[in-house]
Amino acid sequence: MSKRIDFQTDPSKYRHWKVSTDGEVATLTMDVDPSAGLFEGYELKLNSYDLGVDIELADAVQRLRFEHPEVKAVVMQSGKDRVFCAGANIRMLAGAAHAHKVNFCKFTNETRNTFEAAGAESGQYYICAVKGACAGGGYELALACDHIILADDASSSVALPEVPLLAVLPGTGGLTRVTDKRKVRRDLADVFCAMEEGVRGKKAVDWRLVDDAVPNSKFDETVAARVSEYAAKSQRPADAKGIELTPLKRTFNDDGGVTYSTVEVEVDRAKRRATITINGPADAAPASVEALHAEGAETWMLRCARELDDAILHLRLNELELGVVVFRTQGDPEQVVAHERFLLDNRSNWLAKEILLYWKRVLKRVDMTSRSLVALVEPGSCFSGVLAEILFAVDRTYMAEGDFEGDNRHVASITLTEANFGPFPMANDLTRLETRFLGEPERVGAARERAGEALEAFDANELGLVTFAYDDIDWEDEVRIFLEERASFSPDALTGMEANLRFAGPETMETRIFGRLTAWQNWIFQRPNAVGEDGALRRYGTGVRGEYDLRRV
Amino acid sequence: MLDLINVSYDTQIPNNVGLSSDKRVLKALERWHPGYINWWNDLIPRDFQESLVYLRTAVSVDPKGWAKFDYVKMPEYRWGILLAPQVEDRTIPCGEHAGQPAWQEVPGEYRNMLKRLIVIQGDTEPASVEQQRFLALSAPSLYDMRNLFQVNVEEGRHLWAMVYLLHKYFGADGREEADDLLRRSSGSEESPRMLGAFNEETPDWLSFFMFTYFTDRDGKMQLEALAQSGFDPLSRTCRFMLTEEAHHMFVGETGVGRTIQRTCEVMKENGIEDPYDIDRIRALGVIDLPTIQKKLNLHYTLSLDLFGQEVSTNAANAFNAGVKGRFHEHKIDDDHQLKDATYPVWDFDNGQLVQKDVPALTAINMRLRDDYTKDATGGIGRWNKIIEKTGVNFQLKLPHESFNRKIGVFADKTFDPDGNLLSGAEYDAKVGEWLPSHADGDFIQSLMVQVTEPGKFAGWIAPPRVGIDNKPGDFEYVQLHMA
Repeated sequence: MSKRIDFQTDPSKYRHWKVSTDGEVATLTMDVDPSAGLFEGYELKLNSYDLGVDIELADAVQRLRFEHPEVKAVVMQSGKDRVFCAGANIRMLAGAAHAHKVNFCKFTNETRNTFEAAGAESGQYYICAVKGACAGGGYELALACDHIILADDASSSVALPEVPLLAVLPGTGGLTRVTDKRKVRRDLADVFCAMEEGVRGKKAVDWRLVDDAVPNSKFDETVAARVSEYAAKSQRPADAKGIELTPLKRTFNDDGGVTYSTVEVEVDRAKRRATITINGPADAAPASVEALHAEGAETWMLRCARELDDAILHLRLNELELGVVVFRTQGDPEQVVAHERFLLDNRSNWLAKEILLYWKRVLKRVDMTSRSLVALVEPGSCFSGVLAEILFAVDRTYMAEGDFEGDNRHVASITLTEANFGPFPMANDLTRLETRFLGEPERVGAARERAGEALEAFDANELGLVTFAYDDIDWEDEVRIFLEERASFSPDALTGMEANLRFAGPETMETRIFGRLTAWQNWIFQRPNAVGEDGALRRYGTGVRGEYDLRRV
Repeated sequence: MLDLINVSYDTQIPNNVGLSSDKRVLKALERWHPGYINWWNDLIPRDFQESLVYLRTAVSVDPKGWAKFDYVKMPEYRWGILLAPQVEDRTIPCGEHAGQPAWQEVPGEYRNMLKRLIVIQGDTEPASVEQQRFLALSAPSLYDMRNLFQVNVEEGRHLWAMVYLLHKYFGADGREEADDLLRRSSGSEESPRMLGAFNEETPDWLSFFMFTYFTDRDGKMQLEALAQSGFDPLSRTCRFMLTEEAHHMFVGETGVGRTIQRTCEVMKENGIEDPYDIDRIRALGVIDLPTIQKKLNLHYTLSLDLFGQEVSTNAANAFNAGVKGRFHEHKIDDDHQLKDATYPVWDFDNGQLVQKDVPALTAINMRLRDDYTKDATGGIGRWNKIIEKTGVNFQLKLPHESFNRKIGVFADKTFDPDGNLLSGAEYDAKVGEWLPSHADGDFIQSLMVQVTEPGKFAGWIAPPRVGIDNKPGDFEYVQLHMA
């Protein structure tokens, strides 16, 4: 392991972004420090980005949600002259290992999805103010915003030059959002995506690539007007005070494990396995909304979400050889329900709502993690409500049946709540149970009728909530054999298989981005035409063109 | 048969490209023409539009006699489209296609790259006219005013040349780009010119001379590089433009030289030996040599920035594609592909300035910049000769390439003109000695008075040694229209 990539940061450490707020408006200024790349060997010129830049963006977006409830509109702009953003750094991509590229793209996609959803689900709208060249990943940042304003100055442009220039795809949602979100006509989209220099001014509006093209003299005025329009739509409370997202309590252990306050990550390198144990709340749920605000980042539901999120990202980027991730929980199932109940009952409060929305994102992050995911429902566990969602996110669930000899913890059970039937949809816009029971929709209703009950293994199995249930005679062996078998398969085939099986049901823009666009991109990222010694990505910057194998595959 | 040497006047637009039989391009150009005339008319103050200016107009691309001189009102100047004669069997001079026949049509794969190069080049041409639009109001003589207008109309013609290429070879996109060349405007908030240096006003005549010497020389180097293009129409266009560009640099070199000459003469006449006795020198109405050095420092370094990053992907791509060569590519003795060659460029290692060898292909900009510096050095020597002859003890010199840079490896760091890395505080304390201050600018401005009597010159500048077109000293180069 070279250098551990850390997803925790805060504005005092930012090198690339500046966030300022003024009443209901925040300004998010991208001003990438060329010399502050995450790795050696490239300079982040022209506001190009690497994972480090995106980690800051993700942090800023998250903090705007929690620390600035008063902000209704966020203006995304460049701090550089004549360039908005040149996209992902090419030399970084050319030099990066395949796995890093894939994980980098996945994380950037998740971040774009997060601020894209902020308007509709949380009343925090993103307005992209583009001056200068806005190319590739730069335009993909803009595409994820609610509104794009382009300076009409005969030089500012939007472009997706990946295909002609680099022999790769605009893989951070670019191709998909052009057609699905902005609904650019497909033939014009074809022209747009095959041209290096992009489209300017009025044509960009006519082709639906941007919403406004305005002269520089009217630019600030137009941005202000759009900000007001969007802010007026927002229900966010003007007078609320945010909570601070304090640094996580986190220890990296010598054996590779990570200890958080509610989450423990254990690593077994020989078995290529990570075990994530979530500990249920030790304290009672907040008694009132005021108490929730007073607890702030310490409240269990938020703390657990942040820690789980960080743990998953850590495993994804830093522990590539751990092929299986096992989820366990320990704690009082009723306490989990109580904490969750409190948030669901107080959804009209912005903070309660934001915590629930964050869980939605964290659960999607689990869905999207390309490791074999397994949940073990053991004695003493607390898979209730939001934690039970994990059972339906993973590839397989094993549940312990009845008493285990010599184990005085409570018998394993699962408690379904309202949380399993709506607030945490997957990328396909269905709940995990709806996706699970795509062929037997009546089973969702049957499960719902049992909500609130502590369902032990027999019932859980009957209801189809677990894959297998074993008593203490079989448990250890069955689980061991499965985990050993899983660790022996080809990681590539497993990634492909799992990703296909997880997302049954309808396509959405999000599933198309993750399932189609990035799958193609990841294929192209393996092909010599892009990444071979003589491929376009590797040759970029040398002046010599890529050499292509001209046979279509 | 098409006469490709002599200019045809059978269309509204003089040309040697057979425009009258190329209906499509003719139509496009005629549509563009009114916008261009509007641009010109809005730009240059009215009285000068009505004045008769003794200008040269290209009538042929034959090097022996390509221009004729006559009085003309600028808006009626015959801006034409002139390409140097086609060279039989010309081949692509560099890059991966080196040795193949030069392209007579745009190769699809390099269309965007070529278009971008032409647009950037095209954008600088009208920009300089815009930057210089008010200078005639303070012209030190009719001779200088005429030279200014000559430069202006020829920059206008260079715009025409680029627009022709856009119209002829780049279809609807090309027409759109040609329109945008008139939409962007120097210093405009709305839509500035593409390159930073072309958005600064040229505030006075010393700046104009420095600009034509240093910045037009960047233009010359770019044209030299584009003259080596494998895209033959671009090469031919640029080769002819270079004929005209030489005059612009002549205006710059002699303008600065005459300023120096006058300063030294006045110093000598008044018994001033110390060139740093600035107050006394200025009191005599001439520009002191240290201030001229400061102006030189400024314009030279701004011009260096125009060459872009030392290591550049775009430049490498363009060379390898064969669409842009090096200075005098055909005289360089190498493989013209730069497969394994390296070239030294400046870089930083632990805060130390070092020269590193990088693949020569990626250092094309750097090489052109080095060639530029060599090219720019000649005039400095001649200026120093002028000073020496008058017996004043002073030498002008080019500052180190690290000084006052905004682009490339030296940007964001502070160097003195000798190339020593300084702390910000050290730099701030001394920068007034190296770069012109507002007060210096105000002083130069105070000398800028219009002189319109034939044969007379403002007090800060010496007359030229010979007239344009060998005209006598009191020749009325501009018959001013006084409204």
